[in-house]
Amino acid sequence: MEKEAIIQVKDLTSEHGDNLILDNVSFDVFRKEILVIAGSSGCGKSTLLRHMVGLDIPVSGKILINGIDITSCDEAAFLSVLKKIGILFQSSALLGSMTIADNVALPILEYSGLPESFIQDIVRMKLCMVDLAGYEDYFPSELSGGMKKRAGLARALALNPEILFLDEPSAGLDPIVSAEIDELILHINKSIGTTIIIVTHELESIFHVAQRVVMLDKKTKGIIAEGTPEHLKNHSGIPFVRQFFNRTK
Amino acid sequence: MKKPEQLSSPLYDISEKENGEITIHLKERIDIYKSASILKNLTLLIKTKSPFSMTIDLAGVTYLDDYGALLLFKLKNLITAKKGGFNIINADTRANKTLSMVDPDSYRRPVADKGKNPANIFVHLGKSTIETASNLRFLISFFGSVVISMVHVLFHPKSLRIDDTLLCMKKTGVDALPIVGLISFLLGLIMAFVSSIQLQDFGANIYVASLVALVMVFELGPIMTAIIVSGRSGSAFAAEIGSMKISEEIDALFTMGFNPTLFLAVPKIVALIIVVPILTFFSDIFAIAGGLVVGVLMLDLTPTSYMSQTLETLTLFDVLWGMFKSSIFAVLIASVGCLRGFQAHGDAASVGNAATSAVVSGIFLIILFDSIFAVIRCYW
Ligand SMILES: Nc1ncnc2c1ncn2[C@@H]1O[C@H](COP(=O)(O)OP(=O)(O)O)[C@@H](O)[C@H]1O
Ligand SMILES: [Mg+2]
Repeated sequence: MEKEAIIQVKDLTSEHGDNLILDNVSFDVFRKEILVIAGSSGCGKSTLLRHMVGLDIPVSGKILINGIDITSCDEAAFLSVLKKIGILFQSSALLGSMTIADNVALPILEYSGLPESFIQDIVRMKLCMVDLAGYEDYFPSELSGGMKKRAGLARALALNPEILFLDEPSAGLDPIVSAEIDELILHINKSIGTTIIIVTHELESIFHVAQRVVMLDKKTKGIIAEGTPEHLKNHSGIPFVRQFFNRTK
Repeated sequence: MKKPEQLSSPLYDISEKENGEITIHLKERIDIYKSASILKNLTLLIKTKSPFSMTIDLAGVTYLDDYGALLLFKLKNLITAKKGGFNIINADTRANKTLSMVDPDSYRRPVADKGKNPANIFVHLGKSTIETASNLRFLISFFGSVVISMVHVLFHPKSLRIDDTLLCMKKTGVDALPIVGLISFLLGLIMAFVSSIQLQDFGANIYVASLVALVMVFELGPIMTAIIVSGRSGSAFAAEIGSMKISEEIDALFTMGFNPTLFLAVPKIVALIIVVPILTFFSDIFAIAGGLVVGVLMLDLTPTSYMSQTLETLTLFDVLWGMFKSSIFAVLIASVGCLRGFQAHGDAASVGNAATSAVVSGIFLIILFDSIFAVIRCYW
């Protein structure tokens, strides 16, 4: 794999009010890799993700996606970046006033110019991919949490983005579906070379899908470890990291 | 071989054999952004030429995703519908895998289709009757639970969530004072103006004071205050409770053993019962001040004569009657706001609807009850 950085996070510092959440975080995401951002609950993983997709502006630092600094670029450049990324939010964030099919079709209608019947088929395929075939006409409020998550994933995948951000994709899913999602992530990564950034602390899926793990820590408010999951599990010099990956106290 | 110029495109090359066999050489990325124009061009080509057979050459393709694959399927369907042949050549393993995954026919649903809704007028009629009936039931049971909770609070004052009540009083009362004061002042001003046009002709300037005082204290003070509070706070109650409802917060309260009415509605109702009469009283004062300004500046009345005329016109009972009415309005505003919130279900739009209908029904109830009060007063 060629090591070309598609996302560069440089000296990112983030605060919520007066609370320092992330302090001088820097790392790269390489093209076509699957990167997991791990860490204990509340350490700022979602916050980091929100910065990486330009939802929150950091106190200081830069985030470059394809070489464009999304913390300071103009509207048009930012829009071009947004077209290339897909995001699955922790709370799914489906639009409640639309059916599942319309939710997935929304970005496709906006950007593709394809005819209606084509879009219907694509939407059906995307929903089938996440095991939601037949639920096209359901509203989000009529689905379970796990189903909403999968519908959100289908929407994130709608435009076949170059970069996919997933915030806890398998939280709230049963083991079988969650394994299927892992397979899906691997498949997407392999077949169309999508760069995937996953926030999760599910060890099983980390070991299954992650090519590299960046681990955040609540105390130091930064990255305490980085590497393959096997390396962190067996050879990390930091006891906390070994505990995390071995599930011990 | 010849090349049809009119249908070539930068996205692909076309070669055509004498026997009507067309080969499309696709190039580079076939993705969501290219699919639309390729589909449009080739559909046109197939329609105009009705080729005997079409071959898609993927040799030059570097990237093919499910959009591209579905595109090829659509073309295949078009051709086979015209009894033409279709094949794909030079697909690498990755393209083959994508193609094999994309078979729209295998996605012909329905697995978990919802019960279809036949457009039958009787079904609709029955449905809306049932809906109305259950709404009515909910309304009655809600007001029942409000009454029970209020009585409960009366006998167990400790069960009132006092902090919430105080906060709510601040938000609905103190924060509303500037707007209530301003609007009432202007109303007093307007009324004094308009009435003076008539009364001046009779030299009865002094009765401007009586008129402003009576109209404001009897009617407009309570009504305007109630309408402002309904718009400010009734809608806020509905939105707050509605969004708690759709995010299951109310269910959580219920399962923890709280009575949602007692927990959420009663503090708001109590707060408004205390605050709205006070606001009404302020509204009366501001309106009289507005009248006074017009009286003194334009009608050559002295402040003393204006005030003594005002005091002569009003009795304490009138003022208290106005405040009593407004406490009833307060109950209506708060309960209807909370009711609409509790009725919200489903999505974010229902919270918006709850807020809207809280204001609409609030204002309607205010006017309705005010007419009832007017009749009572008349036959007293
Ligand atoms: N909107 C907010 N306002 C204030 N603090 C917040 C907000 N969102 C998150 N935080 C704080 O930021 C920290 C990181 O949160 P988050 O990124 O959501 O954690 P996680 O790693 O579990 O996703 C937490 O300590 C949380 O309390
Ligand atoms: Mg999170």
